[in-house]
Amino acid sequence: MKKLKSIVSLMAASALLAGTIAGCGGNANGGAAGADTASDAQGTESAGGVFKIGAIGPLTGGAAAYGNAVCNAAELAVAEINAAGGINGYQVEYSKEDDELNAEKSVNAYNTLKDWGMQVLVGSTTSACSIAVSEYTKEDNMFQITPSGSAVDCVKYDNVFRVCFSDPNQGIASAQYINDHNLATKVGIIYDSSDVYSSGIYQKFVEESNGKNYEVVSAEAFTADNNTDFSVQLQKAKDAGADLVFLPIYYKDASLILTQADTMGYKPVFFGVDGMDGILTVENFDTSLAEGLMLLTPFAADATDDLTVNFVKNYQEKYGEVPNQFAADAYDAVFIIKQAIEAKGLTPDTSTSDICEALKSAMTEIEASGLTSAKMSWEANGEPNKEPKAVVIKDGAYVSAD
Amino acid sequence: MNKKRMQDQLITYGIVIAAYIIMEILILTGNLSSHMKGLLVPMTYYAVIAVALNLCVGILGELSIGHCGFMCIGAFFSAFFSKVTENMLPTPIRFFLAFVVGIAFAALFGFLIGIPVLRLRGDYLAIVTLAFGEIIKNVINAIYLGVDANGLHMSLKNSMELGLLPEGEIIVNGAMGITGTPHDSNFTIAVIVLLISLFVVQNLINSRDGRAIMAVRDNSIAAEATGINVTGYKMMAFTISAAIAGAAGVLFSHNITSLTAASQYFGYNASIMILVYVVLGGIGNIRGSVIAAVILYMLPELLRGLNNYRMLIYAIVLIVMMIFNWSPNVIIFRKMILSKFKKRR
Amino acid sequence: MSFLTYLINGLSLGSIYAIIALGYTMVYGIAKMLNFAHGDFIMVGCYVIFTICSTLSGNTFVGIIAAIIICTLLGVTTERIAYRPLRGAASPLAVLITAIGVSYFLENLALLIFGADIKSFSSVVKWNGVTLGDGSLRIQGVTIVTIAVSIVILIALQLFIHKTKEGQAMLAVAEDRGAATLMGINVNKTITLTFAIGSALAAVAGALLCSAYPSLSPYTGAMPGIKAFVAAVLGGIGSIPGAMIGGLVLGIIEILSKTYISSQLSDAIVFGILVVVLLVKPTGILGKKIQEKV
Repeated sequence: MKKLKSIVSLMAASALLAGTIAGCGGNANGGAAGADTASDAQGTESAGGVFKIGAIGPLTGGAAAYGNAVCNAAELAVAEINAAGGINGYQVEYSKEDDELNAEKSVNAYNTLKDWGMQVLVGSTTSACSIAVSEYTKEDNMFQITPSGSAVDCVKYDNVFRVCFSDPNQGIASAQYINDHNLATKVGIIYDSSDVYSSGIYQKFVEESNGKNYEVVSAEAFTADNNTDFSVQLQKAKDAGADLVFLPIYYKDASLILTQADTMGYKPVFFGVDGMDGILTVENFDTSLAEGLMLLTPFAADATDDLTVNFVKNYQEKYGEVPNQFAADAYDAVFIIKQAIEAKGLTPDTSTSDICEALKSAMTEIEASGLTSAKMSWEANGEPNKEPKAVVIKDGAYVSAD
Repeated sequence: MNKKRMQDQLITYGIVIAAYIIMEILILTGNLSSHMKGLLVPMTYYAVIAVALNLCVGILGELSIGHCGFMCIGAFFSAFFSKVTENMLPTPIRFFLAFVVGIAFAALFGFLIGIPVLRLRGDYLAIVTLAFGEIIKNVINAIYLGVDANGLHMSLKNSMELGLLPEGEIIVNGAMGITGTPHDSNFTIAVIVLLISLFVVQNLINSRDGRAIMAVRDNSIAAEATGINVTGYKMMAFTISAAIAGAAGVLFSHNITSLTAASQYFGYNASIMILVYVVLGGIGNIRGSVIAAVILYMLPELLRGLNNYRMLIYAIVLIVMMIFNWSPNVIIFRKMILSKFKKRR
Repeated sequence: MSFLTYLINGLSLGSIYAIIALGYTMVYGIAKMLNFAHGDFIMVGCYVIFTICSTLSGNTFVGIIAAIIICTLLGVTTERIAYRPLRGAASPLAVLITAIGVSYFLENLALLIFGADIKSFSSVVKWNGVTLGDGSLRIQGVTIVTIAVSIVILIALQLFIHKTKEGQAMLAVAEDRGAATLMGINVNKTITLTFAIGSALAAVAGALLCSAYPSLSPYTGAMPGIKAFVAAVLGGIGSIPGAMIGGLVLGIIEILSKTYISSQLSDAIVFGILVVVLLVKPTGILGKKIQEKV
């Protein structure tokens, strides 16, 4: 009897599974990639005359806001490219996959996209995932451009480039900026010690602070599991007399920090990096709390140049949200790919590996202009050359700080 | 009786080996998508840790919701070992030693944690395992370890405090964890590890020790009265379970190259995911755990075509499967249908 | 002086844990199930209030009442559909796993409806609080309200359980389900009532949680939920005053360990203290001693 039960439940489970596989058959790409028997033939080379670009990011889970920004903006960029006649006259197909902020799932997502016929990867959104995926893109010799993977190791292979600034780069730039503009004498830091991005910037910032005209008086951490109450971290900065608090963290946590500092009556200068961008668009956030907040960001959603205005308008129409720098980086990434492909005159029937080789050399030759910088060029090591812009928030809007 | 058990064991090995052969044939004939190929190793190490947890939950009868902590220990110690010795030893020897290191430390922590944990009961025990899982994760997140000519340096604050010589290398960098662990895991090794852990657990269950452990589970006072060393057997099962979880961790860390002690791999949520495999596969049913781990790991991957609805559908399927498998009413209903079916035949 | 400031911060964090733990321990003690979805009920309550108060700019009071009603309905429905079929299953773990399924379901549903980005929650407590001493000590309004509300809930629950027939039925069900059935108590009805009360408390807790820490996302409830569970265990499972004490103690320990030991290791320290407490008192601070029978 017991055996029967287990057989039946096993059958039931597989029936459910089969049902769900059949269920996603409606979506041609997803179904084919899922089934065991999906042939490898469609793997590396796409049959039709289209370029296939894939994107990976956390679409569910705590970091979903970032992954969705990246995947949506890439989708928007592809739609715009197609509407304008494609790349070298060929249309572009686009697909996105969820990695749940999990490096292992990110690799699964990459493999799914590979089965779909992806030729160029925009991703992964986050550092740890991007590093894990780069191991495989290296093996397959696929060109990878990460919009927002900022850890040093993200671009350790020659086939990987990034759009955003690297973590050390931001730490150094922040220290430099605070020093050059005599912003503070005593600096407090609040950072996320469980986050690759945040602790990366923090470490470089502290190293770089040696011999500057300010002193780091407090450095307090929080973790992803412990990010609701910041009273201790703020109180410590306050007690140490910090007149500037450096926040190398994302706007999600920063919005809480600003609120709590306000209730405490603590009003130092807050200084953020690119992850801070997005704070003004948090729904229902009292932007007066962010008054005077300074940040180094490559992107400002209220900039008045045509490119930004159009991007923000179209993004808002399509997704109902104001895009942040994650979105801007991804949008740029797709256009950078376009420019690089055009520079080499590639066609979709080129093999993935040849595309990669061509793009690798193209990247060091092109000079791109996009949302995150008017002038970007790349070193062969994958790092972008661009200038961070310092902005300060005045009356709920970014104003250039220089 | 003994023969039947033997047969039962052989069926389990048979299923695993058959699945392995089928997959290998599919790979060799080029019939397996890269997506599926990529899933093989994770699937197998989740099956391994499900077997480990089933030993703890099903056979020992103690609910642990922190088992991924042991996986974390195995993963970090072995990755550290592999990083340090990467250029010193040939790959097979190094990877074998990495297993020894990972398993040994997981077992050691299992033993040390088992001493206080196993004094508690029921839900209190469960919450303490959760606590230890979180402690392990949190502490590893704060560890900075570096190597230079002067040897090992360690700090719990930040990498600057290591005081490394300029040519020294930071190996464990706090939240950034260990990057660049050699990619040594493959499907064959993973399946061998799964077979070994199945062998260990199934033989344990059918041994004198295993019967003693189950006697402790069913009635610890009666077991003690018959002269069974209750604490000793509990410790033994818990330590073995931790060691196997450590082996899964070794496979884990040598499969993805950026190892971080983040919640999504080693937090209580991840541990509960493993518990889901165990419960759905049948508490105490080792073979069921393997099958459930494989199916449930694959399910969200197969649902990728559904895009944003993926995890929502997964949640619904999970609830429906639970009710179908465990609800007393559904079980009665199922039996009714089955008996009719049998009669007709 | 600064010690007092930290103590007060601990109290305000602890009061939030306490109010969540009250709902948790209620369901946990009586239905004997770990409702992992409790934290997500809190999140649902927050979104209801947010939608009514901020998106539709309705009255705060209406928002809270609506959240209580919706959470109660949600709790009762979930119990009926997902948990009741598993009552009497061969292992108590079955219903635990289903609760995890419910938790995933609610989180992902919220993700689809409201999007992943955080929303800033407007506090339902408009009062700024009191300032003590020379102005350096400040107790926030929401802290005082939270503590007051938890004490009211604590007393109300105690009265309800000990003075009413339904409450007595709950105690009986908690003690021995089989015997309670024999005594003519409708176990299903009693447990439904427990879920209704527990879920309504989740809505209240949600309103106060998001007022104190005004950032709302589909995952808002998860971590406070698990912390509140820890608090409930620390206080003694099923003990309602225990949940209150457990919550406050946990909050204070968390803040003080962050302050005086290490902010990086505070999670480890909090859980470490939990382990030590449970080793000294294996059934929590106010837990009943389990009598072992052969």
